[in-house]
Amino acid sequence: MTSATTAHSVVEPSATTRRFAGSLVVLYAIITMIPLVWIMLTAFKSPDDAISYPPKVMFKPSLEGFCNLFTTRSRQTPEFIRSLGPPQGLCDSIARSRNMVVAGPSNYVPRFVNSLIIAFGSTVLAVALGTLSAYGFSRFRVPLKDDLLFFILSTRMMPPIAVAIPIYLMYRTVGLSDTRLGMILLYTSVNVSLAVWLLKGFIDEIPREYEEAAMIDGYTRFQAFVKVVLPQATTGIAATAIFCLIFAWNEYAFAVLLTSGNAQTAPPFIPIIIGEGGQDWPAVAAGTTLFLVPIVVFTVLLRKHLLRGITFGAVRK
Amino acid sequence: MAQIKIEALDKSFGSFHAVKSASFTVEHGQFLCLLGPSGCGKTTTLRMIAGLELPTAGTIRLDGEDVTMNRASARDIALVFQLFALYPHMNVRRNIGFPLKCEGIGAAERDRRVVEAACILRISHLLDRSVSGLAGGDRQRVALGRAIVRKPKCFLMDEPLGALDTEMREAMIHELRALHDRLGATTVYVTHDQLEAMAMADRIAVMNNGVVEQVASPRDIYDRPASLFVADFIGSPPMNLLPFRGGLQTGAQAIRLGERDVAIPAAREAMAESELVLGVRPEHVRFTDRGMVRGEVYGTEYLGTTQIVTVTTHYGALKARSPSSRSFRTGETVGLDFRPDTLSIFDKASGRAIRTALHEGGARG
Repeated sequence: MTSATTAHSVVEPSATTRRFAGSLVVLYAIITMIPLVWIMLTAFKSPDDAISYPPKVMFKPSLEGFCNLFTTRSRQTPEFIRSLGPPQGLCDSIARSRNMVVAGPSNYVPRFVNSLIIAFGSTVLAVALGTLSAYGFSRFRVPLKDDLLFFILSTRMMPPIAVAIPIYLMYRTVGLSDTRLGMILLYTSVNVSLAVWLLKGFIDEIPREYEEAAMIDGYTRFQAFVKVVLPQATTGIAATAIFCLIFAWNEYAFAVLLTSGNAQTAPPFIPIIIGEGGQDWPAVAAGTTLFLVPIVVFTVLLRKHLLRGITFGAVRK
Repeated sequence: MAQIKIEALDKSFGSFHAVKSASFTVEHGQFLCLLGPSGCGKTTTLRMIAGLELPTAGTIRLDGEDVTMNRASARDIALVFQLFALYPHMNVRRNIGFPLKCEGIGAAERDRRVVEAACILRISHLLDRSVSGLAGGDRQRVALGRAIVRKPKCFLMDEPLGALDTEMREAMIHELRALHDRLGATTVYVTHDQLEAMAMADRIAVMNNGVVEQVASPRDIYDRPASLFVADFIGSPPMNLLPFRGGLQTGAQAIRLGERDVAIPAAREAMAESELVLGVRPEHVRFTDRGMVRGEVYGTEYLGTTQIVTVTTHYGALKARSPSSRSFRTGETVGLDFRPDTLSIFDKASGRAIRTALHEGGARG
């Protein structure tokens, strides 16, 4: 109100600018959240509510989606259902109200476990390999260093799926098709180039003097690496791990192509949950909602590092 | 503590020859400064002593034992870095105790020695602080603590005061020297600051372009520079260098500078007619009307008790130190004279000082 007479900083944004920028960010956040919120709402709808038109925002919540996600059911005659004892738990009673009985567990849990093993396994492997080679590139006089680094980067220059057919044939020959190991190796090889480049930047920022000091203090280079470099690279390692994990966790195309019965991950499994007479949308939505949880948990656990890690080069004092 | 003996040490990085056949000895308990401009190879030399670089040729002996190719961790040497290299993820206590942990010393003994080192450096009250919040001088002390806690054979320091402000630096110069005397440690100290070197060192090794130009006491370095580079590098302002052409007989007591004879310390070697350089410190230039060099006052720099008078002469600008009580007018014509027993003569081609009576006997009074 007294802007004409109040001295204000030239570099600091004014209150109006700040408010405007803030509302833009909030607006953008809301827009990006809508599909997510819709999926979560759908997970708690009944199949009829899920496909009703116009779409229902207010509805009576139901756990049928989750029940259908975790179970397989079979249709029975009402006489048969009446001949059974009292329903076994919530899902059974929901199924019986639709003239069905729970026949057994679905494949969702094993697929989810596959996803966990493959995504975390490949992340650990990619970050471990990436950290070691980034350290090597950062600290040693590697012959053809620049060419090697460019080669590593060049593996990212085409969409990975472009080599799907050769990989499919290769995997079939060596027996890696539809194995967790095969998927871990595949995702690791895609992620490791990203990891090397990201981590090299972070490790370059850590002054060499730290390791040199440790080596003079009597430690070997490897001990110095573990005790001095790694603790200071945690920010970079956390950021890299999240990038790698998100890729491996969400990857769909290779998972469809290379896995079926044994090592199938959740992404190809979720969309093929078939209900009676069409897609079982609440079950799909429930599967998706649960699928988000590990990434959210992992990101929240590492958020302190992530925020500094994404604004690169924040390691220096 | 230990003696460090460097023999014909050479280091090349690809085509860049960083250190050329450096040789010197640091005796038990001596404080040696490696002094030179940036890029002269002093830090590389220090890093080779520390074991962080391996020499291309030459040997390094610690107490007679050849350690040239030993790993840094196997040398029992402590190094203080310019930027201190304190581990930011550890507090002061753990930083100082870090070298002991490596030796597998138990927690109780470790803590006792950390506290002892902290006492010596007067940082006991900081032990549980994080290193990131410390002031420059305290960081320096923590870095020193990490060095002394292990009681190593010798200390190496790579411009440890470079990152401190002037005031802190003055204080740390005295503190470092006192610490050195108290521990009786052998110390090699790298600096580009001649004042630091002069103030602290028992001996100074002046390096330039990878070559050790002179190893001597601060007084000898100043009064009897072994080469043109040392003469020009040491002293503020540096030695005046007057080029002339002439030859010298052994025993000659004067040189011919322009039209006049200039008395010099008696020559102890003969020199054929060639390009020579006469070196004279500003404080050895006297103003006298009968002076052998005449010139015009160009300007004065007031330094408190003395002043530096720049005089333009036939031989270029000469700087003279004069008591500040005397006043000079710019443009005034003055006569200059040199104190004969302090003059140095250099061979211009090789840069080497020619031996004269100046190099004999002990320190000049």
